[in-house]
Amino acid sequence: MIELIVEERCTDCGACIEVCPANVLEPGRAGLPVLARVEDCQTCFMCELYCRTDAIYVAPDCDRRVSVNKEQVVTSGRLGQYRKHSGWDEWAERFLNEQWLMETVFRRAGEAAAQARGGRPAAAKE
Amino acid sequence: MVSSSLEELSLTADVLIVGGGMAGAWAATSAAQAGAKVVLADKGYCGTSGVTAAAGPGHWWVPPDPSAARDAAVANRVAAGLGLGEAEWMYRILDQTWRTLPTLARYYKFAVDDEGRVNHRAVRGPEYMRALRQQVLGHGVTILDHSPVLELLARSDGSIGGARGLRRQDGGRSYRIEAGAVVLAAGGTSFLSHLLGSHTNTGDGYLMAAEAGAQMSGMEFTAAYTIAPAHSTMTRSMAYSFATYYDSDGQELDLPLGPDQTIRLARALQRGPVYCSLHRLPDDIKARLHTISPNVPLVFDRWGIDPYRDRFEVTLHNDGTIRGIGGVRVHDTDGATAVEGLFVAGDNASREKVAGAISGGGNVNSAWALSSGVFAGRAAARVARSAVRRTERLRPLGRAGLRPGGRPQTLDVAAIRSSVRAEMHPFDKNLFRTGPGLAASSRILDDLWRDVAEHGHAGTLALREAAALVATARWSVATAAARNESRGLHRREDCPAQDPGLAARLLSGGLDRIRVSLDRPSPATRPDQLEAAS
Ligand SMILES: Cc1cc2nc3c(=O)[nH]c(=O)nc-3n(C[C@H](O)[C@H](O)[C@H](O)COP(=O)(O)OP(=O)(O)OC[C@H]3O[C@@H](n4cnc5c(N)ncnc54)[C@H](O)[C@@H]3O)c2cc1C
Repeated sequence: MIELIVEERCTDCGACIEVCPANVLEPGRAGLPVLARVEDCQTCFMCELYCRTDAIYVAPDCDRRVSVNKEQVVTSGRLGQYRKHSGWDEWAERFLNEQWLMETVFRRAGEAAAQARGGRPAAAKE
Repeated sequence: MVSSSLEELSLTADVLIVGGGMAGAWAATSAAQAGAKVVLADKGYCGTSGVTAAAGPGHWWVPPDPSAARDAAVANRVAAGLGLGEAEWMYRILDQTWRTLPTLARYYKFAVDDEGRVNHRAVRGPEYMRALRQQVLGHGVTILDHSPVLELLARSDGSIGGARGLRRQDGGRSYRIEAGAVVLAAGGTSFLSHLLGSHTNTGDGYLMAAEAGAQMSGMEFTAAYTIAPAHSTMTRSMAYSFATYYDSDGQELDLPLGPDQTIRLARALQRGPVYCSLHRLPDDIKARLHTISPNVPLVFDRWGIDPYRDRFEVTLHNDGTIRGIGGVRVHDTDGATAVEGLFVAGDNASREKVAGAISGGGNVNSAWALSSGVFAGRAAARVARSAVRRTERLRPLGRAGLRPGGRPQTLDVAAIRSSVRAEMHPFDKNLFRTGPGLAASSRILDDLWRDVAEHGHAGTLALREAAALVATARWSVATAAARNESRGLHRREDCPAQDPGLAARLLSGGLDRIRVSLDRPSPATRPDQLEAAS
C-alpha cells in the first residue's frame, strides 16, 4: 500500500490524485496530497508510475501496513524505479519496453519442462 | 451538452460506456468511429483502472496466412474448451484483433524484437491503457473519471436508456446520463482477492445487467487462481514458469509446469507454507526482467529478497471471473444482451464462446476484450442512431443497496465484504468443490443477499459494490452446485468425472431467487453473421 509521499519532492501537480484507481488520495491544505484512504489502496503502483518527481513510495505489502523510514527510502534508489524501468519520460531511450519477450520465456519454460518429462510442451498463461 | 442543476449533473449521449478498461476503451473508440456521441464513465481513472492497466496483456494473435495456422489454433482451443467454445467466435476475435490492434500505433509504440520485427500482440498494460485513453479522447469521447455508475435507467418498454452514478471527486455529487444505448464494460471480479489491479472490479456490471433482466453464463468457472509472493498483489506468473518450490522443511515439492500445477500448489498450500526460488530462470531473462515486466522485481527489491538465491513465500490469489470466464450472456454476434439497448464487452461478458471451460487468461481474454469492445461499440452506435428519441421519464433499475425491499437498516459493509471473500477464496470451498460445501456457501450468501436487498438503503458506492459481490458469488455458487461433474476450471471433488450430458453452457440469473438452466445454441445465430467487420 502507498506509505509515503516525500514532501520535498512533491510539486503538488495532482497527478496521483487523478490517476489513483481507488481514490486513495485527496488534495491537502498544505499543498501536498493527503493519503486519505490508504486502506483502499490496491497496491498497483500506478501513482508511482505517473509521479514525474518520484515522490511516492508504495510498499509491496497489500494486506498489512508497514512503517517506512523516509531517509532510508530516499537514499535506497527505489523512488522512481518503476517509472525508470518502464522507460517513461526522460528514461525512454535508456529502458526499452521488452514485454514482447514474455511469450519466449513461456515457450522456453514449456520446452524445458517437456524435456524434463520427455513429452509435449505444456501451455502456460501470464 | 452538459447542463447541471445544483444536485445532479445531467448529460446526454448516443452511447454510454460503463467502464474504461481495455474493453470499454475499444468500445468507446468504435462507437465514436461509427459517428456516435460517446460518454465513457469509469469508477476510477480510464488509463490506470482495471486489470488491463497493471498487467501486460498478450493478445491471441495468429496471422491470417497461412490459414492452416488459424485453423490449428482454433481447433486446439475448441478441444481445450471441452465443448463450451465455438469455432466461429474464435475466428472472429482472431480476425478482429489482427485488424484492430495495429491501428493503435498512433498512440502506442509497439516494440521491435531482437530480430527487428514489430510485435503487436504483447503490450504493456500501463502504456496500452494510456494509449487507449489518448485514442478515446482523440475521437472526441467525453470521459468521466472517478464516476462510478450505480444503476441503469430504463424506458417504459424496458429498453435501456441511460445510467446514474456519482462523481466521487466532486463531493459525491450524483449524475445521470441519457443515452440511446449502453455498453457495460465494468470488468470481472476477483471477489476482492489481491489479484493485481482488480480491487475496484466488484461485479457491478453483472448486477446492473441482472437488474435489467439479462442472464449470466459460465458463472461456475470462477476457480482460477494465480501465484504471487505472499502479502503482495504481483500475480504476474511469467517468472514462475521456471520456479522451484519447497515446503517449510526445505524439501523440494513436485510441482512441474503443466495444467495441474495450480491444483498441486493449492494442495501444498493447504498443508502449509510454500516457498519458491527463481534460480532456474535463464540468466538472459534475469538480466532483462525489469524491462519485460518492470513491476515484478519491485516487490523483491523492496523486501530485500534476491529471488534467484533466496526462497520466498508464495500464495495463490483468486481470479474469480477475471481469469475465470463467467459473465453476462452474449446474445448475439454484436455483443447484445437479451435486453434491448444493453450491450456487453470484455470481462463483463461471458467468455465461454472463445475460451470454453478453461481460463481465458494468457491471450484469449485480451483478444476478446478488444474484439467484443469493437463489436459492442459499433452495434450500440447503430442502435442509438436508429432509436426514435422521445423525451421519456426513465425508470431507475437499481434495487439492492439503493431501494430496500423492507425496513431500512445500517449495514456493516466491511463484514459483508469479508463474508464474500470467506466463501469465494478458500481452496476447500471454491477450488475443491463439493455439493454439501456449495450448499453451505449458498445459505450464507443468501442470508447476506437478503440483508442487503431488504435493508440496504445508503445508496453509497461501497454498499452497491457489496450487493454486486454477493449477487455474483451467489450465481457462481448456484451454477457450480448445478454442474454435477468436473469440467475445465470447475472441479467437483464429489463428481470428479466429466458428464457428456453437461457439455453445454449453464445460464444463471435472478436476484432474490436464483435460477440456473441449460443454454441451447441460438437458432438466430447464422454463420454469415459471424464474419468480422473491418
Ligand atoms: C495480472 C493479470 C494478467 C493478465 N494477463 C493477460 C494476458 O497476458 N492475456 C490475456 O488475454 N488476458 C490477461 N489477463 C486478463 C485480461 O487482462 C482481462 O481479461 C482484460 O483486461 C479485461 O478487460 P476489461 O476492460 O473487461 O476489464 P478491466 O480492464 O478490468 O476494466 C474494467 C473497468 O471498469 C471499471 N468499473 C468497474 N465498476 C464500475 C462501475 N460501477 N462504474 C464505472 N466503471 C466501473 C473499472 O474501474 C475498470 O476501469 C490478465 C489479468 C490479470 C489480472
